[in-house]
Amino acid sequence: MPLTPLVAMIRKDLQLFFSDRRAVIMSFFVPIAIASFFGSIFSGPGSNAEPAKIAVAVIDRDNSDISRGIVAGLEGDRNLRVAKPTEEEAKAQVRRGKTSVAIVIPPGFGDAAGRAFFGDGDKPQLGLAYDPSHGVEFAMVRGILTEYVMQAVSREMFGGAQGRQYVDRMLPQIQSSPRMGEEQKRLLVGLLQSIQGFYNQPANAGQPRGLTMPYGVREEAVTSGNNVAYNGYAHSFAGMGIQFLLFAAANLGIEMLLERQRGMWKRLRSAPVSRMSLLAGKTASGTIIALMTLLVSFGFAMLVFKVRIAGSVAGFFAVSIACAIMAATFGLLVAALGRTPASARGVTTLAVLMMVMLGGAWVPTFIFPAWLQQLTLVVPARWAVDGLDAMTWRGIGIGGAILPTAVLLAFAAAFWAVAVSRFRWEEA
Amino acid sequence: MRPFVEKRRESGAAALHFPPVLTVTNLRKAFGPLVAVNDVSFSVERGQLVGLLGPNGAGKTTTVSMLTGLLEPDRGEVIVAGRRLSGDTDPAKRRIGLVPQDLALYDELTARDNLRFFGALYGLAGAALDAAIHQALALVELADRAGDRVKTYSGGMKRRLNLAAGLLHDPDIVLLDEPTVGVDPQSRNAIFENLETLKRRGKALLYTTHYMEEAERLADRIVVIDRGTVIADDTVAGLKGRAALAGGAPATLEAVFLSLTGRSLRD
Repeated sequence: MPLTPLVAMIRKDLQLFFSDRRAVIMSFFVPIAIASFFGSIFSGPGSNAEPAKIAVAVIDRDNSDISRGIVAGLEGDRNLRVAKPTEEEAKAQVRRGKTSVAIVIPPGFGDAAGRAFFGDGDKPQLGLAYDPSHGVEFAMVRGILTEYVMQAVSREMFGGAQGRQYVDRMLPQIQSSPRMGEEQKRLLVGLLQSIQGFYNQPANAGQPRGLTMPYGVREEAVTSGNNVAYNGYAHSFAGMGIQFLLFAAANLGIEMLLERQRGMWKRLRSAPVSRMSLLAGKTASGTIIALMTLLVSFGFAMLVFKVRIAGSVAGFFAVSIACAIMAATFGLLVAALGRTPASARGVTTLAVLMMVMLGGAWVPTFIFPAWLQQLTLVVPARWAVDGLDAMTWRGIGIGGAILPTAVLLAFAAAFWAVAVSRFRWEEA
Repeated sequence: MRPFVEKRRESGAAALHFPPVLTVTNLRKAFGPLVAVNDVSFSVERGQLVGLLGPNGAGKTTTVSMLTGLLEPDRGEVIVAGRRLSGDTDPAKRRIGLVPQDLALYDELTARDNLRFFGALYGLAGAALDAAIHQALALVELADRAGDRVKTYSGGMKRRLNLAAGLLHDPDIVLLDEPTVGVDPQSRNAIFENLETLKRRGKALLYTTHYMEEAERLADRIVVIDRGTVIADDTVAGLKGRAALAGGAPATLEAVFLSLTGRSLRD
């Protein structure tokens, strides 16, 4: 393959790319801006950022020791931002989306909850009004609320005045109950007398009474190394980098269609240059532009957001180059299958967006249904994002780059083969 | 097969022999059931401009596309300077220059960068490429605008640059597909002068046009093609003479053309 025409084609495409201000902005600045935004959202607690608190409204209509204990627990939780409006105000805030959950503690809740704690009487109901678009936050609040209700009720029943009064009242009722058997009476009275004896002991300072969480947690984010915080920018720059290099490559394909429309391919084909040289030139320039797009994005992320290649540098470049080749051949595919620039632009935009969405560039793939997670394995963007994640924040060695690189190159070979077989060469 | 008569040009006392630079023999091309070009033969010699005329859809563009390798003929052959044209990378393609009807230029690049790219496709590089660019721009009088982006050019300037791009590699035969479409009289006249200069330099030119006055002014010979076949191949005077012999009034080339191809509208 003669080098002079090949080099000329690459140089010309690069000149055209850099002379198109819109293409440069779309390829370099827009991905950086969007990836920075997504990175700031998904950077995770390890980045020393204060986590966003869930807005919760609490209406305590009971005002018992138990209800006050629940409210105090909620107010002290680091994941919640608790307000105490009226019930009407709280529901209005939930409807407007300003508050995720409103908790209404009804009158008599503490007394009923105390009795229900020992299986006596109906369970009282807490009112929860929630924003259905904040389902995940609602689930979190339910979990947190359960913890504080159990703590407050058990603390009161095992150490508070309400608990003492309850035991004093229950002992004669149990002994005279006609519904309980003698053995049952004996065991329950024994339990309550033990509790009474416990109440009569002087309380030790710092020794909480009641149920407490029987375990603590030691949290460790598994990243590239010990005490290395997860840097969400690494993932967002990988995702957005892939998205925009696919857009850049697709744009090159559309440019080829425009060149055909302008009669440029007649001039190119009339020169003594082989068809393979023409396509190789386009692929090479597309690869260079796509690689620049990706590397500039990551360069920015490294300088500004401290993203690091914690895995293999060679692996990072192998995955990046494979991504760029895959994107360039995707552009060639656009040129081969597209009928007109306008129709190709619409279809290509949809295809790229689908690829990056399914590839986990926008949201992590783990939230997809299981069948969809399997389906994303046939999306090249998934392998690209996974490969770059592996080489950056996951800190996996060169071995982690081999499979993504091989799969991306296989996609590139398939795109190339289809493009070459379907390319319209004849110009009447 | 239409036999070729080897032609001679009289120059002073000596009779010089000019073998054809381009010889087209029995070309045929069909697109499905539609036969676009059928048994087309003609030739073009050095220093000669041959007008290829025909109504819309007559087969002119298909013929030119086969001459430049854009289309593979179903049958027949194209001989360029004694060599049969075959394949994409045939060195014989270096002897052909194409000036397409479309302005096949990159608007965002300068004229010099456009020519640098097109020259490199023909293997030109370094000082040879610089010299070729200089000569081509000088011929079309755009040397002083060489560093300007093509998008700043007028339509006439773009047409002249389009011509320069086809001449860059110093081809023996230049195929011009309606090179004056949409240009003002001044630019058209400039292009005519360029073509006459090329003829004087011994280039063979095949000129496709719908403008009869252009063909009448420039062409040494006219090939009329209709419904895919050559229906006339003669000098302008010869074509007019045929009309006179048929008892018509003193004919213009347009009248002759209409008498050959009919007056019905073509799609």
